[in-house]
This record gives sequence, structure tokens and C-alpha cells, in this order.
Amino acid sequence: MNNSLITQSFQKAQKENRPALLTYIVAGDNTKKKSLEILKSISDYADICEVGFPHNTPIADGGQIQTSAYRALKNGIKINDVFSIVKKFKKIKKNTPIILMGYYNMIYQYTENKFISKCKKSKVDGLIVVDLPYPENKIFAAKCKMNKINFIQLISPTTSKSRLKRIVGDSHDMIYYISMLSTTGGKLKVSPKKIIKEYQKIKNLSKSKNIVIGFGITEKTIKSLRKADGLVVGSAICKEITKSIKKRQNVVTNVTNVVKILKNKIK
Amino acid sequence: MKLKKNIPLIDQHDKFGFWGGKFGGSFIPETLKKPVEDLTTKFEKLRKNKKFIKERDHYFKNYIGSPTSFIKLKNLSNHLGGAQIWAKVVSEANGGAHKIYNATVHALICKAMGKKYIIGDTGAGYAGKMLSMAAKKFGLKCKIFMGAKDIKRQKPNCDAMKRNGAEIVPVYSGSQTLVDAVSECMRYWVSNCDNTHMCVGSTVGPNIFVKICGWSTAQISRELKSQLKKEFKKIPEKIKLINCVGGGSSAYGFWSEFIDYSKKQIELIGVEAGGSKKSKLHAAPLSRNAKIGILHGAASYVCQNDEGQIEETQSISAGLDYPGVSPIHCFLKDIKRARYTYATDEDALNAYKMIKKFEKINPSLEPSHAFAEAIRIAPKLNKDTVVIVNSCGDAEKDRDILKARLGNY
Ligand SMILES: Cc1ncc(COP(=O)(O)O)c(C=O)c1O
Repeated sequence: MNNSLITQSFQKAQKENRPALLTYIVAGDNTKKKSLEILKSISDYADICEVGFPHNTPIADGGQIQTSAYRALKNGIKINDVFSIVKKFKKIKKNTPIILMGYYNMIYQYTENKFISKCKKSKVDGLIVVDLPYPENKIFAAKCKMNKINFIQLISPTTSKSRLKRIVGDSHDMIYYISMLSTTGGKLKVSPKKIIKEYQKIKNLSKSKNIVIGFGITEKTIKSLRKADGLVVGSAICKEITKSIKKRQNVVTNVTNVVKILKNKIK
Repeated sequence: MKLKKNIPLIDQHDKFGFWGGKFGGSFIPETLKKPVEDLTTKFEKLRKNKKFIKERDHYFKNYIGSPTSFIKLKNLSNHLGGAQIWAKVVSEANGGAHKIYNATVHALICKAMGKKYIIGDTGAGYAGKMLSMAAKKFGLKCKIFMGAKDIKRQKPNCDAMKRNGAEIVPVYSGSQTLVDAVSECMRYWVSNCDNTHMCVGSTVGPNIFVKICGWSTAQISRELKSQLKKEFKKIPEKIKLINCVGGGSSAYGFWSEFIDYSKKQIELIGVEAGGSKKSKLHAAPLSRNAKIGILHGAASYVCQNDEGQIEETQSISAGLDYPGVSPIHCFLKDIKRARYTYATDEDALNAYKMIKKFEKINPSLEPSHAFAEAIRIAPKLNKDTVVIVNSCGDAEKDRDILKARLGNY
């Protein structure tokens, strides 16, 4: 998928001598309207926006993202709403890549083909499916590729060497390296130096792929990982949404400020 | 989709872990791939290892107390006037339920893998209690994940876990029951899989956990088979094996030796939790025709909405209060080898009352669901039919609920 929007975003960041900034929010958190506003606003600073489609039984998410997901579901978010948020966003920011992220049961119920065609119509650029690992994801990933949607493979510190090679070989434009053994939102329990070392091993296998690091990245830690092609921040953003709602402050302004700070740290 | 003869059902899956091509599998985050693979390799090695089998059998006999007794419920049979009703009193096992088999095996595996920490989920509290017992016995540090609602309604088992030195981690998300406990336990494992072993409390979860649990509880049917031969000189011509189904570990354990028999000779009947009569909610994905979905790392029939969000369930019995079910039972349903039905809260309470009136056993609310079905069908059957109920749990843990609902315990 040469020249995908995702690849272009990494190239742009590279030219500016910095990693790409990827943000994660849950669609519909805390309302459909609000999450669209947040997206529009933070995309002034983020290079790629990940959007979660919330599930009520998330087996790999920590407290912050769970809270966001439950809040969105409580406010009635449906899968079709997620697509319409993306569609509306893309009308205004057509060059910012959108990556949808979620659990396989929602795709399974929607059916794979319908899900992919809906992604295409809404101009979704990539997909992360947390509980559909390699090689189980081969067929679905191939379907995505045929439809010019990036299926993003995950790699973790537990991924064995031979497995790593196979995953990288089958990956599309972007690979997601999970920084440590943790659900999302955990405290960074591994030193940035060690994370970068592991990251480098993957990078050496495939110089042409864009590899991002995620899990446990906050304002405090982001700078120390700036060697990577891209850095994903999720829970820290969801936490800010929760905090702003609690304090009855402007969510859009507060979250945008967090993203602005994150961006400044890696410039 | 077809059954293969002479191969345990737990082994009749394809290379991706699916039974019948669509139930089961391992829908897990990348981080768990390696620990699941390691566990799979280790388990396959251990089950072929004579020394390990000897060790297992030693603990089954001397620690769990195998075999549990097989008794005729004469008064109940006379009262109902139809089939002869028997019970396999699995609640005699150490700790008071079948969950001790799976817990003991997991503790042995944990030890064999050189891990010092063990975690597990629990609903009724039996899986947690048994894991805490086994952990204590084998010197492992134990954490049990349990929904806050279940902690309140199954206090006796929580007390036991604490006495055994386990830490109970209350789970406040979602419906605060078993489904949330399993999610939280899996999340904990994602973060700690390098030094911690996970036990799943039933025949659910990623493929390997279905297999380990089924392999452990299968002991129940091995015992029953020889007890039947002893009692009747041969396997009788007409048997009905009735078992409650939450995740399905006791049912699989009760049936595994008998799956190869014809349905005409040995009928397998699974009883799910129908919830309160007045409520729309239930925990009966098989008998109330839920759609296939993915929950806790496996595809099975799951109570869910059109969007794939897992539905809240409701049952008086915490052990059956779960929206999913074992992929093995989904397979048995689809090939029509087993029949699945449900009993309501009220049915189970009435069955409990009747059992208490006529017999000396004290089945918990889970097997009371199975007894409800036995009581329903027995009068319509002739006396040559042998109805056997797995009385897989003791009602001590339910004393508060029984007191509140029936006035006495
Ligand atoms: C006594 C008893 N029976 C049945 C169950 C249901 O589980 P399963 O269907 O796996 O036997 C439980 C679960 O906690 C239980 O404690």
C-alpha cells in the first residue's frame, strides 16, 4: 500500500525530524458530538488518530480506556455511529489518517465484509483488532489489504523471534509494538532505554515499515521514546476526558492542550 | 460436523483450536500468545508423562477424595413414581464441589512450570475456594478475581479463600459478576504472564483452558462408569445424565466417558440457568438460542445484543450466572448429541426443597437446576430408566440465599 495516508503521515513527521504522534480516543466518549469535536481539535497536533469502537468486555484494556468505553456505551454509541463520526471527520480533515481499534466480536457480529465495506465508505485508513492475533488474522488482514485498508499487526515483548519474523513479513505499512506486559494505561514499568532496544530489533528486521510504540506513554515519558517512528498515547488522553467531565471543564480545550503538550515534547 | 469415536472430545479441535470449525479458538491479545503456547506445550507433555499422571491420581485419591459416591435417591424415586433417580455426589469432593479437580491440576501445572503465583476467576466462589486450597497445598501465592455482587452473595466461600491465604480482588465493573471477574483476571494475566499462571474456572476461555479443565473434570465420568458397572453389572440400557451448565465443566466431566455411546442408550441433558420467572434476563445461551460470539478468547453461543455487546445475565445461582458457555457444549448442541434446557430460579428452589424433604444430600443452587429437570421428566419415564444427576456442589455456600428465599436452610 504505497503512498497510503498512513505512510505519508510518517514521512511528514520524519521530514520534521520527529516521531509521528498518534492519539487514541473512544468514539462516543462522552457523546457522539463531543468525540467528533475532540477529534477535529486534536488533529491539529496529532498526525494519526486512533478511534476505539467501544466494547463492554474488553480483555486487554486498563481502567482509563474501560471508563471511556463504558461511558460511550452508556450514552448509546452504536457501530454505525462510529462510522458516521469518522465520515464527518474525514470531510473536514481528509488528510489525517483514521485507525479504528477494537475487539473482534463487534466485527464478527457486523460481519467481516460489511465491516470492511463500511470502513471503506467512511474512509477509514487502518484497523487494529486487539484479540485477533497472527496467524488467526491472516484472512481478515488480506481482505483489508485488498480494500486498501491497513491491517495493523501487534508485537509484544513476549513475541518470539521466529514469530516476529513471520508477523513482520505479513504486515502492512505500520506495526504496533506494545512497550511492556500490560493492559493499556499501565505505568511504564520498563525503562525507555530497554524499550527502544527491543524496538530497534524489530526495526532492523524491516527498515521500510513504520513501527510505533504504545502503552504507558504519557507527557512524562514520551520524550524518552522519540527515536521511534511513531508514539501512541491513549489512556493519558482518556484520563483527561474523565477529569474534565468530573470538574465540569471544557473537555475539548483540555484534551487539546494535553495533545499540544505531547507534541511539543517530541518536536 | 461429526464426533470422532475413541478420541476425547477435548482433542477433537482443528489446528486453530476450533471444535466443529467454529466453536472455541484463541482470540487473545498478542502478549498472551507466548504464555498460551508455552502452557499448551507443557500440558501436552505432562499429560503423556507417566509420573505426572501418577502424581495427579495420587492427589485425586488422597487429597480430593476420589471416588465420590454414587447413590440411589430411593425416597425421591418412590415419591415421583417413574424412573429411578440416582445422584453422583461430587459435592463430597474436598472443598465441596467439582471445581477442585481443575484447581488441583492447574496448581500441579503451575508448579511444573516453575511459576510461584497463580490467579483465577470465580462466580459461586467454589473455583476460587478450590484454587486457594490447592495453592496453599502446593505453596503458591494466590489471587482470586470475583465480582463485587458475588462476594456479597457467596460469603462462606469468600471466608474460606481468605482462610487459605488468598487475596480476593473485587471487581466493580459491568454487572459485578463472573463475566467481569473473568475479564479482570485475563487483564491481570496480560500484565503479569511472565511469572504468573492463570487458571480459568470452567471449560471456557482460550482453547487450552477448555482442554485442561475438561481433562481434569473427566475424572467424574471415569468414576461413574466403573460405579455403574459395579451397581448394574453392565452399563444399563437407558440412562439420562443430567447436569447443570454454567461454563460447562461439571457437565463435560460427567459426560466425557459416555459421549461415544448412542443417544438412545445414554442421553446427555444440560440444564442452564433460566433466571427469575418474572425477568427477561437469563444465563442460558444454549437453550435460549443465543447467537455465536466471541467472549473471553473463544467463540461460543453468547448472550449478546445485535452489536456484539455482551448482555447482562441473571440467575439466583452465581455459578451459572455467565453469558457464555463452553465451545464443547456448543458443538454437542449443534451435532445434537446433547440436549440443553433451562430451569428458572423458582424451579431450582422448588427442586432444592423437594430434595431436602426426601433425601440426605444438600445440593447447591447450581445442581438444583439439574434436579429440577430430573424431577420434571422422571414421572414420565419407566422404572428401567436410570436418571443420574451430578450433585456437583454443596449448598453451604448458599445458606443466606436459601434462608432469604425459603425461610430456612
Ligand atoms: C457447584 C457448581 N456447579 C456448577 C457450576 C457451574 O460451572 P460449570 O458449568 O463449569 O460446572 C459452578 C460454578 O461456579 C459451581 O460452583
